Amino acid sequence: MAEILFYVFSAVAVGSAIAMVTRSNPVASLLFMVATLASLAGLYVLFEAHFLAAVQIIVYAGAIMVLFLFVIMLLNLGHDYQRDLKGGVWAILSFIVAGAMAGILARQFGGSGASPIYERFQGAERMDALLAEKGAVGAIAHPLFTDYVVAFELVGILLLVAVVGAVALAKRKV
Amino acid sequence: MLTEALVVSAVLFVVGTFGVLVRRNAIIMFLCIELQLNAANLSFVALSRYLGMDGQIFVFFVMTVAAAEAAVGLAIIISIFRHYETVSVDNFNLLKW
Repeated sequence: MAEILFYVFSAVAVGSAIAMVTRSNPVASLLFMVATLASLAGLYVLFEAHFLAAVQIIVYAGAIMVLFLFVIMLLNLGHDYQRDLKGGVWAILSFIVAGAMAGILARQFGGSGASPIYERFQGAERMDALLAEKGAVGAIAHPLFTDYVVAFELVGILLLVAVVGAVALAKRKV
Repeated sequence: MLTEALVVSAVLFVVGTFGVLVRRNAIIMFLCIELQLNAANLSFVALSRYLGMDGQIFVFFVMTVAAAEAAVGLAIIISIFRHYETVSVDNFNLLKW
C-alpha cells in the first residue's frame, strides 16, 4: 500500500512540477506548484515526518503560495498569456545544463547502493522507537529546543528582519 | 523506497533548475527556486527516516528561510514592477553589456 501511494505521490509531484515550468499563465503555474507541494506533503507522511507534512500544507501550500498568488493578482499578471519561455540558444543551453545536472545526480543516487552514505544506515527501527516514545511532534521539538536552540532563535531574528525588510521595500516612496 | 525518493528529489531539482534558466517571468523563476528548495527537503526527509531526526530539523529551518526569502523577494519584485511596469527579466538590463 505504501509503495503504491509513494509512486502515486511521486508521479503527481513530478508531473505537476513539469506542468508548472511549462504553463505560460502564471496563475495556472502557481496552482500546479500547490499540487506539487501537497503531494510532497504526502511523501513526508510516508516517511513518518508527520509534523513536517502538516507544516508543509499550512506554511508552504497555505501561506507562501497565497502570498505569491496575491502578488500575481496585485500586479494583474493573470491575463498574461504570451509565451515567456526563452527560445533558441538559451533553451538549448538550459537543456544541456539540466541534462548534465541530471547525469551527475543519477550517478550519485542510482549507483546501486555503492555510495558511502548507504553504509551508515542503522535501519528505520531506531526512528520507529523514537516516534513511539515521544510522538511525532515531541520527537522533533526536543532536539529543536535543546541542541538547535541557537539556530532556532537566529531564525526568529531572520524572520523579524525579513518582515521589516519586506515592508520597507514594498512601501511606496522609499 | 529511499533510492526512489532520492531519484524523485533529483528530478524535481533538475526541473526547478530548468525552470529558472528558461522562464522570463520573475515570479515563476521564484516559484522554481522554491521547487528546488522542496526537492532538497524531500531528500532530507527521506534520509532522516534512516539516519535520525536531524534531517527533519534541517527541513524545518529551510522552510523558515524560504518563507523569509519569499517575503523579501516578492517585495523586491513589487518595487521593480513599479519602476518598469513589467516582471519580465528581459527588461531588467541596467547592468547588461
